[in-house]
Amino acid sequence: MNKSWLVVRSRALPVSFRIDRRIPTILSILLFVTLTAMVVSVSYGEYPIPIISVIKTLLGLETGNPDYPFIINTLRLPRTLVAALVGVALAVSGTILQGITRNPLADPGIIGINAGASLAAVSLIVLFPNVPIAILPVSAFGGALAVAFLIYFLAWDKGSSPVRLILIGVGIAAVIGALTSLMVTFGEINSVSQALVWLAGSVYGRSWEEVWSVAPWFAVLVPLALGKARQLNALNLGDDVAKGLGSSLEWERGWLLAIATALTGAAVATAGTISFVGLMAPHIARQLVGSTHEGLIPVSATIGAMIVVVADLLGRSLFAPTELPCGVITAVIGAPYFIYLLVQNRKR
Amino acid sequence: MQPRPSLLVGLILSLLILLICLVVSIGYGAADISASTIYEALTAFDGSADHLIIRTIRIPRSLIAILVGAAMAIAGAIMQGITRNPLADPGILGINAGAAMAVVIAVFAFGTTDPSFYAWYAFLGAGAAAIAVYFLGSLGRGGLTPLNLTIAGAAISTFLSSVTTGILIFSQRTLDEIRFWMAGSIAGRDFTIVWQVLPYITLGLILAFALGKQITTLNLGEDVAKGLGQRTAWVKVAAAFSVILLAGSAVAAAGPIGFIGLVIPHVVRLLVGVDYRWIMPYSAVFGAILLLTADIGARLLIKPQELPVGVMTALVGAPLFVYLARFKVKK
Repeated sequence: MNKSWLVVRSRALPVSFRIDRRIPTILSILLFVTLTAMVVSVSYGEYPIPIISVIKTLLGLETGNPDYPFIINTLRLPRTLVAALVGVALAVSGTILQGITRNPLADPGIIGINAGASLAAVSLIVLFPNVPIAILPVSAFGGALAVAFLIYFLAWDKGSSPVRLILIGVGIAAVIGALTSLMVTFGEINSVSQALVWLAGSVYGRSWEEVWSVAPWFAVLVPLALGKARQLNALNLGDDVAKGLGSSLEWERGWLLAIATALTGAAVATAGTISFVGLMAPHIARQLVGSTHEGLIPVSATIGAMIVVVADLLGRSLFAPTELPCGVITAVIGAPYFIYLLVQNRKR
Repeated sequence: MQPRPSLLVGLILSLLILLICLVVSIGYGAADISASTIYEALTAFDGSADHLIIRTIRIPRSLIAILVGAAMAIAGAIMQGITRNPLADPGILGINAGAAMAVVIAVFAFGTTDPSFYAWYAFLGAGAAAIAVYFLGSLGRGGLTPLNLTIAGAAISTFLSSVTTGILIFSQRTLDEIRFWMAGSIAGRDFTIVWQVLPYITLGLILAFALGKQITTLNLGEDVAKGLGQRTAWVKVAAAFSVILLAGSAVAAAGPIGFIGLVIPHVVRLLVGVDYRWIMPYSAVFGAILLLTADIGARLLIKPQELPVGVMTALVGAPLFVYLARFKVKK
């Protein structure tokens, strides 16, 4: 056994997995950076709060300023938490999709799941402006699920093929985009404006309500994804190898697609369509820790959280007092990164 | 051109169908107008309400549909021909998104409210997006495969529409001004727009027809074309120029309407084979017919309201796209 692997086995639970020895170190560094970014994000705003006071308040210590706990706990912390959670969801979803399509350029946005969630949510905002905001995640989730199912169904031809999944995803996304623009065209101008902010992907004004409504999804889905890491490794070797290794191909692929879709649906429901995070995070993670999914998933999740938190911070600070939705920032960063990936991909 | 009488007859027949569609499109609407009245409005204009409707609303609208439909279809045919990609379409490959973003920037930053300037910005945006997608697509592993081009197009589209959305959030004025145009529509367009885009579309069409033979050769593969003595780089540049003229002016006139450029060339190839000297004129006529019919449908479906015609074409085009992705893309 090579010393660079760390094998974890539990006597009590039926789990065992092995990870690269580098991973705990890299993961803790990344977690530290992400937490720092979150603290900075909480401290920054129209009413700046010193970083040391932020940390004290978060730890429940007295800072001597009675305004701080309210601003931090009620206004800023939930927003930052939502950003981090959404980043995690998109990154894990992207990791899974890249694994099952074996295409390093797959991303929930590119294959149309985002579009389905958007259409459902925008239709709701525009057609029923008085509907309570809590329904929004449910409908976005339903939309994502419906589109993912449709794409998988259409790509099925004696088995699903990764290339068809991507191409059909792009086509379906275009149609759904047309229907979304139909909503934008005919809606009442104020609800359309609201829907657009949401379409661009934003964590503006998110409260504890959103954190609690979305947290259970993560609590269930992220461990599920981790549990499927070994199947992802097998699928990533190619359909024939995976079959040879005894993986029931279509069943696993369907499961993983469902997990990825549910994560994307939860993320889009909470924060709208934040693009390119699911593309970028897995790649950066792969460069750091290689392509075994046991390590890749947590590292990619942390990077995803970091990207969205930083994008939100940039969106608030670049053109203050006007806020840019963080989805616009991730798109502006993500597109050049995408180019870089294409070039890299050719060299390999 | 080889004499192919049956193809010539077919072309004349489809022109006749186009004419019938044109008459229906002019006659059909909130006020139904008979064919004889249409004829009188053209020959013996008497200033009555019907005649005014025909001359100032219905005819320009129908002409725009013909021009835009023909332009989009030919742009798609050229793109499919030179990239040998069955999924190429100005919408899928991000060219529409580029043109749309340039127009939105013009409205937002320079306060352009006169649609006559839209065309120039649309060319600029379409050109930049086309170059970017082509360049990016060829960077991928295996070169310009359908998969690489489609992914590059999707990524560029995502990026461009994010920026467009960002601008529209900044400025509700721009949003209100541009949102109907953004959905792709030919309603309420008047003759000024016809005259503005006509020269560019004509130029683009002439260029496309002239390139028919070269594109047929290029479609056999770049190596074959080079072997036959073709200077492929120049053909590609000329073809790209024609695509930008056609797609850019179509978007400027009608907003980003997708899928015509995808659907029509495939239908046409089924009928006339692989010779682009025939594919071009057929595509132009069929594209015009498709957009005219889609526009009539858009007026019919939720009368007295109107659907944007871009939604209609997407509904027609999507099933074909799925079919092509399933059966025509190898590997």
